[in-house]
Amino acid sequence: MKNLEIKKISELLSEFPFLSAFFNDNGLEIEGKEELTLPEYFAALDEDEIEDRAIDVDNLMFQIGEFIEQMIAFLGKDEDIVKTVTILQGTDKSGNKEDFEKLEIHQGEIISIVGPTGSGKSRLLGDIEWVAQNDTPTSRKILINNDIPDKKWRFSSSDKLVAQLSQNMNFVMDLSVFEFVELHAESRLVENKEIIIKRIIDKANDLAGEKFSPDTPITSLSGGQSRALMIADTAILSKSPIILIDEIENAGIDRKRALKLLISEDKIVLMATHDPILALMGNKRIVIKNGGIHKIIETTDQEREILNELEKLDKTLSAYRTKLRSGEIIEKIS
Amino acid sequence: MNLVTVSGPPSSGKTSVILKTIDSLKKRGFKVAVAKFDCLYTDDDILYEKAGIPVKKGLSGALCPDHYFVSNVEEITKWGVDNKFDILISESAGLCNRCSPYIKGIKAVCVIDNLSGINTPKKIGPMLKSADIVVITKGDIVSQAEREVFASRVNTVNPAAAIMHINGLTGQGSFELSTLLYDESLNIETLKGKELRFPMPAALCSYCLGETRIGESYQMGNVRKMKMED
Repeated sequence: MKNLEIKKISELLSEFPFLSAFFNDNGLEIEGKEELTLPEYFAALDEDEIEDRAIDVDNLMFQIGEFIEQMIAFLGKDEDIVKTVTILQGTDKSGNKEDFEKLEIHQGEIISIVGPTGSGKSRLLGDIEWVAQNDTPTSRKILINNDIPDKKWRFSSSDKLVAQLSQNMNFVMDLSVFEFVELHAESRLVENKEIIIKRIIDKANDLAGEKFSPDTPITSLSGGQSRALMIADTAILSKSPIILIDEIENAGIDRKRALKLLISEDKIVLMATHDPILALMGNKRIVIKNGGIHKIIETTDQEREILNELEKLDKTLSAYRTKLRSGEIIEKIS
Repeated sequence: MNLVTVSGPPSSGKTSVILKTIDSLKKRGFKVAVAKFDCLYTDDDILYEKAGIPVKKGLSGALCPDHYFVSNVEEITKWGVDNKFDILISESAGLCNRCSPYIKGIKAVCVIDNLSGINTPKKIGPMLKSADIVVITKGDIVSQAEREVFASRVNTVNPAAAIMHINGLTGQGSFELSTLLYDESLNIETLKGKELRFPMPAALCSYCLGETRIGESYQMGNVRKMKMED
């Protein structure tokens, strides 16, 4: 296929520029050897080198072909948009049928998930991520765009259905904010990298209570700033159509705007939370009990009014917090 | 019986992933056992025993752990076949980041964690590059971006592998892994005649034989020197 064996490395590189990442990550130095074909290149490595660096030539030739195919598939598709995700009834832990038949979730919707620890929230998410087809412990079935989904959602590293944002996530790399987002952008092979990076950092600053600059080290961001950056980055750069949020701590970040940003990027947002302000922001909420979906509640008008009240309380609370932080004497805020 | 080899750097979460995955396999009625290989010390056999999983433990001590593994894997397989297990999982740490005690025709799983740094996939040899399934752990504590970058780096060095994310604490993802482990067509009765996917590093110098003194005159056999000229 693709004449991998006949073409010169330079020809391969100009046809498939992404191969340079492959050569680099596999520790294959090609500088000065661009005029060789791959078999010539491997043949020119001396035996000690092959043994020392544990190079498996046959396997590498196979992997290069595989990599090229994946990347072509990855770059070639834009039409692959997830508009709806449908969950079809399965069973709870006792084997009883779930109390719903079909739940269709649309792009731009926020669905809250409630239920005690161990009730089966993770399994529900697991079913969606694995696009269950009657083959998980719950026997649920997941449809994408009302159709039986492609198997690729299960194994492809570039096409994950679900991206996750959770409470205890941290940045562990030693990079500046700019370098970090750049690295992510490069791994996603985006064009107009600079513009996207700027947009992410601006959006994150928009969500964060306190501003940060592109050259701030990510490990020194505050909790709120970290969450803001993670959300902005996931909203804009992650290819996953579904975002799972496991609570967002209410400090240093504008949560309402964060959710708005996610749905404005056409994501489906699933949110496991017991914070009424977050849960009521959802269009619906799924109640989980004994491993099964027990109820699906649409947020009522009355609940929305209550949400307004709660948001006011929340504002008051954070106003007190701001005063405290800036060293003021606390007086009653009206 | 199916033999599955699981390898990965120390503390990457191999034992947790295996324990959670066996839970799912048992629910489907499979009889599963584990052979745990380690270097100097391991407590993991107790963890397996507690979970009611038959386990054999091998400590390589002063020998190269992976050479020790190959020298014993046939006996372990016999133990599994004799006991009529459906699946025998071998667990070993890839201590020098190069080795791959993977065997042709035997499913190979590599466990590696998100915290090990994004350049790690580059540094690990056949253990990662020739695995059939790569399990990435500890995704719950790093950001989505780091997870994506890490997975894409793994994919670049092993595009043919199925890459899975598993949370070793909650077990999320382990059910999915369990569906990939048993394959009737991979049943074996013995390992005799099978081959390693990749040769192991050579090691035959005076230090292999117990030499402790330092200096050129004590070095014999397969010795190689760093290039010191600049």
